[in-house]
Amino acid sequence: MTQLALVIDLNVCVGCHACVTSCKEWNTSGSAGPLCDENPYGADPTGTFFNRVQTFEIGQYPNSETLHFPKSCLHCEDPPCVPVCPTGASYKRKEDGIVLVDYDKCIGCKYCTWACPYGAREFDEKAKVMKKCTLCVDRIYDQSLDEIDRKPSCVKACPTSARLFGDVHDPESEISKAIREDGGYALMPEWGTHPANHYLPRRKTKLKIHNDELERADNPLKVDGLLPKPNKNDPSMDDVSAW
Amino acid sequence: MCFDNLDNLAKKNLMSSTPLHDPFAPPVADAKTEVRNTTCYMCACRCGIRVHLRNGEVRYIDGNPNHPLNNGVICAKGSSGIMKQYSPARLTKPLRRKAGTERGAGEFEEVSWEETFSILGERLGKIRATDPKKFALFTGRDQMQALTGLFARQFGTPNYAAHGGFCSVNMAAGMIYTIGGSFWEFGGPDLERSKLFIMIGTAEDHHSNPMKVALSKFKREGGRFISINPVRTGYSAIADEWVPIRPGTDGALMLALIHELIALGLYDRDFLVRYTNSGQLVNLDAAHDEFGMFVRTEVPEEEGCYDPQNKLWWDRNTNKPVVTHKEGADPFLFGEFKLSDGTPVKPAFQLLKERVEDYTPEWAEQITGISAETIRRLAHEMGITARDQQIELPIAWTDSWGKEHDSVTGNPVSFHAMRGLAAHSNGFQTIRALSILMTLLGTIDRPGGFRHKTPFPRPIPPCARTPNDPRAVQPNSPLDGMALGWPSDPDDLFVNADGTPVRIDKAFSWEYPLSVHGLMHNVITNAWRGDPYKIDTLLLFMANMAWNSSMNTSEVRKMLVDKEEDGGYKIPFIVVCDAFHSETTAFADLILPDTTYLERHDVMSMLDRPISEFDGPVDSVRIPVLPPTGECKPFQEVLIELGTRLKLPAFVTKEGQRKYRNYPDFIVNWETAPGSGIGFLSGWRGKGGEKTMRGEPNPNQWEMYAKNDCVHHYKLPRSYQFMRNWNKGYLEWSQRMGITRYAEPILIHLYSEVLQKFRLAAQGKSITRQPPAHLAKRVETYFDPLPFYYEPLEAQTSDKLKYPLSALTQRPMAMYHSWDSQNAWLRQIHSHNYLYVNSRTAKDAGIADGDWIWVESQWGKVRCMASYSESLEPGTVWTWNAIGKAAGAWNLTPDANESQQGFLLNHIISEELPAQADGKRFSNSDPITGQAAWYDVRVRIYKAEEGEPEQTSPQFEPLKKYPGMKEHPSWLAYFGGGKKKDNAK
Repeated sequence: MTQLALVIDLNVCVGCHACVTSCKEWNTSGSAGPLCDENPYGADPTGTFFNRVQTFEIGQYPNSETLHFPKSCLHCEDPPCVPVCPTGASYKRKEDGIVLVDYDKCIGCKYCTWACPYGAREFDEKAKVMKKCTLCVDRIYDQSLDEIDRKPSCVKACPTSARLFGDVHDPESEISKAIREDGGYALMPEWGTHPANHYLPRRKTKLKIHNDELERADNPLKVDGLLPKPNKNDPSMDDVSAW
Repeated sequence: MCFDNLDNLAKKNLMSSTPLHDPFAPPVADAKTEVRNTTCYMCACRCGIRVHLRNGEVRYIDGNPNHPLNNGVICAKGSSGIMKQYSPARLTKPLRRKAGTERGAGEFEEVSWEETFSILGERLGKIRATDPKKFALFTGRDQMQALTGLFARQFGTPNYAAHGGFCSVNMAAGMIYTIGGSFWEFGGPDLERSKLFIMIGTAEDHHSNPMKVALSKFKREGGRFISINPVRTGYSAIADEWVPIRPGTDGALMLALIHELIALGLYDRDFLVRYTNSGQLVNLDAAHDEFGMFVRTEVPEEEGCYDPQNKLWWDRNTNKPVVTHKEGADPFLFGEFKLSDGTPVKPAFQLLKERVEDYTPEWAEQITGISAETIRRLAHEMGITARDQQIELPIAWTDSWGKEHDSVTGNPVSFHAMRGLAAHSNGFQTIRALSILMTLLGTIDRPGGFRHKTPFPRPIPPCARTPNDPRAVQPNSPLDGMALGWPSDPDDLFVNADGTPVRIDKAFSWEYPLSVHGLMHNVITNAWRGDPYKIDTLLLFMANMAWNSSMNTSEVRKMLVDKEEDGGYKIPFIVVCDAFHSETTAFADLILPDTTYLERHDVMSMLDRPISEFDGPVDSVRIPVLPPTGECKPFQEVLIELGTRLKLPAFVTKEGQRKYRNYPDFIVNWETAPGSGIGFLSGWRGKGGEKTMRGEPNPNQWEMYAKNDCVHHYKLPRSYQFMRNWNKGYLEWSQRMGITRYAEPILIHLYSEVLQKFRLAAQGKSITRQPPAHLAKRVETYFDPLPFYYEPLEAQTSDKLKYPLSALTQRPMAMYHSWDSQNAWLRQIHSHNYLYVNSRTAKDAGIADGDWIWVESQWGKVRCMASYSESLEPGTVWTWNAIGKAAGAWNLTPDANESQQGFLLNHIISEELPAQADGKRFSNSDPITGQAAWYDVRVRIYKAEEGEPEQTSPQFEPLKKYPGMKEHPSWLAYFGGGKKKDNAK
């Protein structure tokens, strides 16, 4: 059974927010749209975004890290938002595992927001219905688009290609391989939601230099005759022993 | 629990097991859709975009997968183009300040374009007929400097520049005067083949998408990424190692790294010998007029030769002086020698070694705050990676001296740096040091290192010159020379006989001799004070000079409205062209409403700052996707029309008749000289579009660009793609294409004779012009032919006990300059800014996270909110620039976060240094290039008093909306090109 999902590579995400607004611009004029904005030009503007990037600092200076953390609906395999919905508006598609909201059934009660441990739901204050990431369900099957464009908008936009998309149940998919090989993990597994989306951790490249690598036979200082030589006045055994 | 929609609930069939809402149904029935290619302008990256229209409205914008710059990706700004296009901050009509109202009061009335042109034509015509320098044209990040520069020159005014002087001119000048190329548009790190990448002080909105694409590939392929920066955000977040550094001390770090590389012999000797002036002998006879200059021999100069190969090495094989690059010769890099006439000489590299002798890692530790151990390790990582991981590519090429090489080799260590180094008053010498570090590692235009992009490399310095004589400015005549150029010695300065500046910004004068991008940041102050003279009309294009683009903003705003005793304004007439309402348009006497990028033709020209790739020249165009809004007119069209009405020679026939119908016609038909075959666009030239770079005008050029994704990419043969400073084939190609006049090798200036010529003049030794006495010491001090470290000028005059912290700004990836606060989506990402303070520094000052505080410099103070940070060098505070706005500006409501919680640091940064003993004030800039020293300011922070308003200070009278502007809605429900659209009020 197919389970579509995103894998987000925190190793390369620079926090540019391309996923945030490319999602907004696709979806506001798509089947989930419009995605409303309250006070768009006034105090405390707030709108519906399916994707948000949070930035955290970890540790204390100087041993600190800055982490950019993009977050959207994780399309859980056991989504707690579905059973709590009194109208059946929250549902999980059998075909591909995408969790959707049926806007025509949603009554805006927000139970699902309370049930979702990830804070991934976005209430549209204008339409008074719950919205959330659809994995661009209205793009990915659209035969009128070129095949390379049949991806979620955020995946296409991401300049660092930090967002991978595919079937997490297919062990040969790009995302399954990435999870396997690069230490992919799910968020808060203790909740038993089995999020389909995964994250890849930071990976560090280090360079170990051994002191004996600093100098080589072809050191140019030899050519230029300036290889440092010990000073004749430096300490030597001659100072202390006559054998 | 409250059900807001109980009415609707009843209507919904809750029993249905299938979804009622069909996510696959077309959201708009029978929509007419269309896809158009053009080029993005949400920042200066210039990515290829596809604009998807539905029923004539923008449905969405995505990256063009076939575009060489962005390969289909797009950023947060590019994805928010819709909100720029339909922003309520847009200006839609030409506006004139209402008669009888005060400038700055924001009282405007509509005027027709005909009236606008007639006002401008009359006023500018009079100026041109009397004293053309009374007209000043200064532009922001406009991407059309080739055209604005042409207009100014044709008008005859020297007073033209773009924003480079307050942006990153130190980066351009420091590198171009050293290696003949620089970062960003003109070159960059070859991350595809690099193994070690060091990023230093980089603005995250610069060259952002290509950098993001390359950086992620680099990391995934196991490259090591080190970030040297006082702040860890954006790119630095994913660095394998972050090295926090104190602001303004990068020069000290570079010099210590050079010290260590030379001490250990971790430099690429073969590269230094053949491709740099390291082995050239410098005259050290202190009594000689040529002291500090390279010794030259009697080689007959080739006609028209730019940099004759007539310098000497001291050959190790024969122990004699020989002409450089002599077959079989190998120079000493160290030592001292005596010529037969007794002249003492040393190789330039010996002088560099002596220079860095005392610049030890321990010395640098005290200045930079980076431990000596770390500095050593960094040097070792660079040196060893460069040496032990050399790349060899099977590409045969021939060097300028005729030597054939079987392969191209490279040392895979690369760098990228930007304003963090540049925006200090010691930035030029710091960037010289960086360029020399890159050179020692042997990484210039080689795989894995720094790579040039056409039209670079150029001779050092490039050949363009300003006039050097005030008589170049004549009534009714074009300027006899370029308004901006590259001085090669004091005789190139644009000064009066007494050494005073010809230009209003004092560029190319003894105060800032190598100010190759001008000093836009001093134009208003100088014009207001009448020093060096008063002007009549200031035309600003797309530059927010009454806000984030000026230092000392509060005072500059007063200057804009200050009056003479006779009641006239000190700056008599101000014209602003912009697409948006802003703090600056408020001070205009005349506003010209520009189009957005989706509504106009534009070129990213080889004559300006093209979008070339490492493998060859690339230029591109914009083609209108939408009709202009209201009466908006592209500034290009305004210039062509104005140029025609003023009968500027480039825009009219000999008989004085209109030469170009409009901007697209101009672009196709204008040539640099009649029949030169060189114009704004390099693609599809020749009558049928069969030629590249050079060829006759092609009447169908725009159509051919349109058919080809709006971009032209010429891939150089592989043998021309590397070592271009000394690549015979490439240089001759470049000469044939008219890219450069000279094809001589461009030796790297490890030692800078250009700087030494200025120093000699200051010492009274040269045969060139000499500086006025009061500037001699300044020129002598800073024009050192070898890089050196000095404390930034403002810090030298600050009480560092009172003001212990450095204050910086940087720009977030989701905003470009001040442009995006009017963007409903982007402003939700950054609606206001905090002053970030290291938690330890904050606690020491008794400041809690989120407190209202004052940040104060010797120039003034600003109230703002503090936010704790752990990713910050403790002696530094910083904020995002240009998020804070004046109340009401950009058609935001007066209570918007931008003006109430957001703040602008510029209020406490001065555009001038404290007065000298004679009362004169220098610009707060690099004394060599005039680069604005934004990041030199020293501050202290303290908690705001109890009871103070929780609002940023200073505040200004809220700006008004102008005629022709839309209301700002309280709700936005954008739905492009469909019935679902609902923009509630």
